[in-house]
Amino acid sequence: RKNVEDFTGPRERSDLGFVTFDITADILNGKNSIFDWNVKQLFLYLSAEYSTKNNALNQVVLWDKIMLRGDNPRLSLKDMKSKYFFFDDGNGLKGNRNITLTLSWNVVPNAGILPLVTGSGHVSVPFPDTYETTKSY
Amino acid sequence: AAAAAAAAMLSLDFLDDVRRMNKRQLYYQVLNFGMIVSSALMIWKGLMVVTGSESPIVVVLSGSMEPAFHRGDLLFLTNRIEDPIRVGEIVVFRIEGREIPIVHRVLKIHEKQNGDIKFLTKGDNNAVDDRGLYKRGQYWLEKKDVVGRARGFVPYIGIVTILMNDYPKFKYAVLFLLGLFVLVHRE
Repeated sequence: RKNVEDFTGPRERSDLGFVTFDITADILNGKNSIFDWNVKQLFLYLSAEYSTKNNALNQVVLWDKIMLRGDNPRLSLKDMKSKYFFFDDGNGLKGNRNITLTLSWNVVPNAGILPLVTGSGHVSVPFPDTYETTKSY
Repeated sequence: AAAAAAAAMLSLDFLDDVRRMNKRQLYYQVLNFGMIVSSALMIWKGLMVVTGSESPIVVVLSGSMEPAFHRGDLLFLTNRIEDPIRVGEIVVFRIEGREIPIVHRVLKIHEKQNGDIKFLTKGDNNAVDDRGLYKRGQYWLEKKDVVGRARGFVPYIGIVTILMNDYPKFKYAVLFLLGLFVLVHRE
């Protein structure tokens, strides 16, 4: 984790987190599949949720993937880096012991309701108390 | 050529009917027409109240949310204050000073204890987040920018609205034919 200037946002230094993760997912196919006749795609995303002094609730999407009906329903991703920069709004990542990672998905039908589902189970990761001065990846 | 022939036939029928109708029947038809328009307006206003959104139904105008939504898809929105804005949700928002609503997904949120929230959005089909779309100096969206959250959708139907916008002659033709139909149709 580093304290870096976020060039895409307001010019202040904020904490930037680096997370690597594995995802194994097995989307059931066949009779009870979530991919029924009216499901066009699933929009999967991994989000980190945490609290800081500045903000009571923070949610950052680290990674997302579109899975179309017919795509390989097995996900076996290892050592993935986050797709989006994990910038905090301030310096709330340092020493933050409780960052919760959850996998959720948006079911996109051919027509109809757009539900957002959160997977049961989540992972908690703590961030260290100091900044990295060298390359993390 | 077929459309012109149909329109010609309709106008001939229309003229015959008008001659046959006396003044009273004409007034009746006009009132009928007025009632239909009022009912439509009432339904629309009712939708606005129930969903809490100033624009409960919107048409997708760009391809930035493909393959989920395409140009011409119709989205049904709600904008209830009790529903908090969370990542992954599909929001329809307007950038201050701009008329066109944008349909994208929430990528990041930072919410304070008192409920003040600032969030960042990104189109599924875009490589980068929406910061480039916001106003100069604006880095976040707020609740006030939100028109609603997409709760459901039907594909294709909104194409008619896009056609009417892009081809005004088509819009006038549609309105003219509709008006003709309502005035002529005897209940």
